[in-house]
Amino acid sequence: MPEQLIFAMEVTLNGLMTGVMYSLVALGFVLIFKASGIFNYAQGVMALFAAMTLVGIQEGRVPFSHLINAIFGTEIYDFGWDVPALLAILLTVLVMVGFAFFVQKVIFKHLVGQEPIILFMATIGLAYFLEGVADLMWGSEIRTLDVGLPQGINLAIDETTFNWFGYGFFIDNLDIVATIVAAVLVAGLVAFAQYTKQGRAMRAVADDHQAALSVGISLNFVWILVWSLAGFVALVAGIMWGAKSGVQFSLSLIALKALPVLMLGGFTSIPGAIVGGLIIGVGEALFEFSVGPLIGGATENWFAYVLALLFLVFRPQGLFGEKIIERV
Amino acid sequence: MNDMSTSTVTEDGRTIGGVMMEMRNITLRFGGVVAIKDISFDIREGEIRAIIGPNGAGKSSMLNVISGFYHPQEGEVWYHGARRKAMKPYQVARQGIARTFQNIALFDGMSVLDNIMTGRINHMSSSFLDQAIWWGKAQREEVEHRRKAEEIIDFLEIQAIRKTPVGRLPYGLKKRVELARALVAEPKLLLLDEPMAGMNVEEKEDMSRFILDVNDEFGTTIALIEHDMGVVMDLSDRVVVMDYGKKIGDGSPDEVRQNQEVIDAYLGVAHD
Ligand SMILES: Nc1ncnc2c1ncn2[C@@H]1O[C@H](COP(=O)(O)OP(=O)(O)OP(=O)(O)O)[C@@H](O)[C@H]1O
Ligand SMILES: [Mg+2]
Repeated sequence: MPEQLIFAMEVTLNGLMTGVMYSLVALGFVLIFKASGIFNYAQGVMALFAAMTLVGIQEGRVPFSHLINAIFGTEIYDFGWDVPALLAILLTVLVMVGFAFFVQKVIFKHLVGQEPIILFMATIGLAYFLEGVADLMWGSEIRTLDVGLPQGINLAIDETTFNWFGYGFFIDNLDIVATIVAAVLVAGLVAFAQYTKQGRAMRAVADDHQAALSVGISLNFVWILVWSLAGFVALVAGIMWGAKSGVQFSLSLIALKALPVLMLGGFTSIPGAIVGGLIIGVGEALFEFSVGPLIGGATENWFAYVLALLFLVFRPQGLFGEKIIERV
Repeated sequence: MNDMSTSTVTEDGRTIGGVMMEMRNITLRFGGVVAIKDISFDIREGEIRAIIGPNGAGKSSMLNVISGFYHPQEGEVWYHGARRKAMKPYQVARQGIARTFQNIALFDGMSVLDNIMTGRINHMSSSFLDQAIWWGKAQREEVEHRRKAEEIIDFLEIQAIRKTPVGRLPYGLKKRVELARALVAEPKLLLLDEPMAGMNVEEKEDMSRFILDVNDEFGTTIALIEHDMGVVMDLSDRVVVMDYGKKIGDGSPDEVRQNQEVIDAYLGVAHD
């Protein structure tokens, strides 16, 4: 087999795994958009906030310590204990559910029936507010996140591919774990939506608010539920991304990677978010591999958007959306 | 609850009980528009109560007040002998009040069966943790809901379209699916906003038969809005007549038919 082809295969595999991350973030957007029509600009910051909270809890740091110390003249920063990863994740989930309540009760409850653009503006406000809270709560230093996920080259794949092609693929264990976790998460979400009472309520609200109300579904409850789920998805994305490149404010920029995925997959389609993420992941990796060297590299920054834009022109409804035919 | 002293038996042998729902001095305004003006009336257990009136009279608004979609500025709603606090639509639905809409509100992305199953949602066990832990129990429950849904599907004779996405159905069948979704909730009170609008004669006859059967077989109390006077006279036990937000008549079909104010209101307005 020609050498270039073997390299391309490795690049494709790695692109797929990066794509899984994009899918995860896009999924958070889709959940909220489907149920409430809100395009949640804060999804990326939610991932950052979740990751920071997780690290903070794990390391036993006192939340808002700077604020507390400034007010009371104290010098406390740490509880002096370490919280096991699993417990810390559980506590962080609770924090994200609390955040969902806050978002619904304090903000969106009062904006019911407003124009989508107003709701979108509110999420921009929310994003910067949450960024501020995250900063105040846990400080702005870069943290390393370690919940015990395996990292580094997967030797089994390295060896197998070496035996096949005479060249060992470099696949990161963390990417493999992320892929498995994402797959389980998506399967879980689909089962939840399909087979539980709450999932049915969620689908009903996504379809028609008025009809949902008339069969006895509380919109408020469903909206808190989807924000909680989006918070959970953000936490998972935050863990994976944070483990890969550290917990810092740039983590919230992963939202920018989700945008082209949404353009590609459609804003209301869960399969669209997943397949869209994979296409973008592979597409940008292959493009960088093949064209990048010719034009001086760094095509990852823009290629996804160009791909999505092209797609948008020819299929505005996204990969899985139904074709919109204007009735006149 | 059911005041037996006031029960009556109709000509066709159905028992009509005491007052189930009572609207007291309801006034509803939208800015300057007074949609409902100081209206009182009641709905009795087991009856078919019609609300009629020309376009824009405030009929749908009244149904929306009963089902919690609109909140009147003045007046009280009494249900089963207790004053009802201001309620959200989903809370009203959970009290056993189901409804259909004048311009149909279905889950367009779902099949007929899924639409109807969603009507069962308040009968489903409460927590998803329960469902995850007691898998067997959840399965049995699901079977029971399916059985109920199929029963209603048979009742309304829509077996042939069970798996069809509702978005693709013609108008008349959509109305029927919406009725099915309301019925499967096993409501005590069923509110129908123009269940026969836009239907041909044959479809209207079917729908009339279904409404009578629901009332007769399930004992469901029904309040319905309808424009077709012939249908109203055939179906209803008592009729409220509205015009420009005011109540201008209330009584048996024969009584309101002879009411001069009602006759004037209808003569003054072109009707379909
Ligand atoms: N949500 C609303 N906002 C503003 N005005 C409303 C609203 N709902 C109803 N109205 C007004 O209240 C009045 C009564 O409307 P309603 O829909 O209750 O009449 P209706 O008797 O059902 O008429 P139709 O036979 O045409 O269905 C109308 O003037 C209508 O414009
Ligand atoms: Mg109306």
